[in-house]
Formats: sequence, structure tokens, C-alpha cells
Amino acid sequence: MEKPFRRRDLLGIRNISASEIIGILDTAENFREVNTREIKKVPALRGKTVINLFFENSTRTRTSFEIAAKRLSADAVNISVSSSSVAKGETLVDTALNLDAMDPDCIVVRHGSAGVPHQLANVSRAAIINAGDGANEHPTQALLDAMTIREHKGSIEGLEVAIVGDILHSRVARSNIHLLTKLGAKVRVAGPGTLVPGGFSHFVEKGMTVVPHIEDAIRGADVVMILRIQRERQDSAYFPTLREYSIHYGLTNERLELAKTDAIVLHPGPMNRGIEIASEVADSSRSLILDQVKYGVAVRMAVLYLATGGSASH
Amino acid sequence: MGDEIKLVEKSRIMDAAAMKRAMRRLATEIVEKNKGADDLYIVGIRRRGVPLAETITDKIEALEGQRPLYGILDITLYRDDLSTVGANPVVNRTELDEDIDGKNVILVDDVLYTGRTIRAALDQLMDFGRPRKVQLAVLIDRGSEHRELPIQADFVGKMVPTKQTEIIKVMLKEYDDVEAVGIFERS
Repeated sequence: MEKPFRRRDLLGIRNISASEIIGILDTAENFREVNTREIKKVPALRGKTVINLFFENSTRTRTSFEIAAKRLSADAVNISVSSSSVAKGETLVDTALNLDAMDPDCIVVRHGSAGVPHQLANVSRAAIINAGDGANEHPTQALLDAMTIREHKGSIEGLEVAIVGDILHSRVARSNIHLLTKLGAKVRVAGPGTLVPGGFSHFVEKGMTVVPHIEDAIRGADVVMILRIQRERQDSAYFPTLREYSIHYGLTNERLELAKTDAIVLHPGPMNRGIEIASEVADSSRSLILDQVKYGVAVRMAVLYLATGGSASH
Repeated sequence: MGDEIKLVEKSRIMDAAAMKRAMRRLATEIVEKNKGADDLYIVGIRRRGVPLAETITDKIEALEGQRPLYGILDITLYRDDLSTVGANPVVNRTELDEDIDGKNVILVDDVLYTGRTIRAALDQLMDFGRPRKVQLAVLIDRGSEHRELPIQADFVGKMVPTKQTEIIKVMLKEYDDVEAVGIFERS
């Protein structure tokens, strides 16, 4: 569908270029200052309507988008699945058409199935922002991770990044692998064989390697990214017990010793303490988990601003 | 960013030496009117107001032996044309590290024309606090007949009556090869 002038979707990292990624990150850097003011509000999106359409539970991401929209003076409306008419039998496209009839400028969507944001983008005149679709992508998470890395390491190019855990179910991993390889990082992925998809060969060409053990991924890394064990998605047995997972793939201080001495630790949250990450690591100064949450607001402000008409910093 | 518009310089109205003298006079007038550098907060408006504000801050320090506070405003998020076709503004950082409450703020810009930039700057300033006074210093004032809002400058480097078809360009060594002010017209 033809979008009104200057309206743009953010469906994933896969379909945007390295320079577009850098443009979003530079814009987000400039939005950070707004969040440090006493009056944390600017009139840039006054009169615009942002709908947060969440078919899956989320506290952090939905709140982050809502705060971002409100700090830009947009009107934010939250719709969650439990209160929506999907429960009454409405199809996704009908829901989208009904929302579209109310003339929102932007719809932020999260859904358990991959491709839903793309489907909405085809039927809606609003800018569509993907806030997580199935195991496909979660672009704003990858952008805020990149912002956190840039803040501490200066640039992403040439960094060695370990991504550890449940790759199979992780949209965070996919968006991050796209982003990091596009910006020239070397990515090493490790996880139980059952949780690392076989069809990742297209990533391998771009600089990603799959290694069997967490130690192989972490050794010499600048950044260690730990993924959450998604217990709610594991309908069959991918590993024997959580305890066994933690013994083989949990990030402990001893394992972190293998990384560079100034290595940083990221986790997209919510954390399972004592399973994929030991509390001593999560609470250490190398863990930047709360920085990620902080930068998330600035990234989403930048994305909302750019999706509804602004152009990127350079 | 669209087609490059070809501009032809019709006349040069200030060279580097004239600009330097004008800036020195602006600094002197600001100090005189505010009786010194106490509580002065010099704030440049991006982009070309920033180097000018820096120069004024330096000159006031040389005059008074005391450096006034200095900051930068990026007014992009306060523009009134964000939703109109053609506007495609890039967001840059605002840097007001010191509290503006109770200060005498001097807004600095290169050219005063319609007054809309200054309106945006005033709105943004008020979101940062309650200055005691806000005054406006510009290198070039194009004349009040172009004004779209009731705004005027307190300190003017040079008054240049212009036609609407003319464009005033303040060229600064930070962004351009030369330091000069010229009147341009579309060819």
C-alpha cells in the first residue's frame, strides 16, 4: 500500500543497510540528551498517534515504546491481546484495517508469528514498527544493543561478539547477527545443538561462525551477549534439565575470564538468574543490562521520529 | 536531499575583518547592557549561531576577565514545520549543561529573518527553566518587514534590508572555506 509522504516502516534489520543503521544510531545518540532533561518532553510528534499493538506479553518493550512516544508528545494507545477483538474471532487483517480507519500515524506491533508486521505493512497506511515477530526479528532490541556497544567500545567494526544460548527461538539473536555482521563485527554463536538452527549458512558467509562450546565463543570476545532461555516457547525437550543447561552454557565469572579483560556483557532481559547468567555476573560492573534498557528509550524515540517523517543524523 | 539549487552571489556585504569588528561590537554592547559578565549565558543556535556564540563568549571573556556560561540549542524538535511537506530535519544535540534559572540568556544566531527559529528556541529554553531575561543577538537582521512573528533582536551586527527573493549567507570558517557575508540569488 502507498504510504503517505515520508512515512517509513521498520520491519527488520535484514532489509536495511549499514548506513541506515548508523543513521538511526546517530539520531538516537542525539535523543539521549532529551532523556536527561528535567522536562523530558519535546513537541516533535505533537498531534501524531502511535498504537502499541501487542499480541504477546511484554512489559519492558511496550513501556519503552510508550515512554518514547510520550516524550516526543505523540499520543500513545496500548492494545493488548487479552482486551482485543482477536479473542472474539477477528482476523489480523480486519484488526489492522479497523485500526487504520482511525488514522494512526504509526503502529508498533509484537506478535508470536513471524511476518505479521510485514502483513500489516501491506494493508495499513501507518508506519509499521516491528517490536518482535515470532523467532524472526526484534530490530529495536538489536539497535539498542548496538548503541550500548558503541557507547563502550566506540565502534562495532572489528569487534568479536559471542552470542550464547537459545538461538533457535531468538528473534533478538537474528536481528543482532544481521546488524553486527553488517557493521563488520565477527560474531561467534554457541548453544546446545538442538537450539542452534542448521540453516544459518547465509550468515556464515557474512562473518558469523557457529562453535560447539560456550568457551569457544567467549574466548577473546569484546562483547558477550547472553540470550534468555525461553521456557514458554519450549514445547519439546531441547535439553535435559535447566540445571544441566546452566552447567554447560551458563555465563559464570570463570567463563567470563576467557573474554578480553574489558569485555562487556549484554542480556535482552528478562533474566533467568542462575540459569543462563550467574547472579555474580549479572550484578557486576561488566554487565550493561540496565544501560540497554536506558538506551532503549532513545533508540525508540529515534525510530518513531524517523518513521513518521524525520531524517537521520549523519 | 533533492536538487542542488544554484546560487549566484550578487554582492558581498561583509568580509572577515568587518565580521570580526561586528562581533567585537556585539560583545561590547552585550556587556554594557547587562553590566558585566555576571549571570550571562551565551547560547548559540545550531548551526551557524554556534561558532558566533563561541566568538562572542571569547570576546566577553577578554573584555571582562570572566568567562560567561556557554551553551548550544538544537531547535529541530521544536520546529513548527515538522509535519509539512518538504521538511526533513536532522536532529542534533542540545548542550545546556548549566542551569538557566535566573540567568541572562543571550540567544545567538547568524540571520534574523521570519523569526520562527527564535520562536522555537524560546519555547525550548522555557522547557529548560526560567531565565531572568532572554535577549537576542544576530550578525545580520534582514529587516522587520519579513517578520512573521513579533520578535526583534536586541543586538544587531548589521542591518541589511533585503528582498524576499534574496538569500543571505553567513559563511564561517567552521563550515565554509571563507569568512564572509554575501547576498545571493537563484540563477
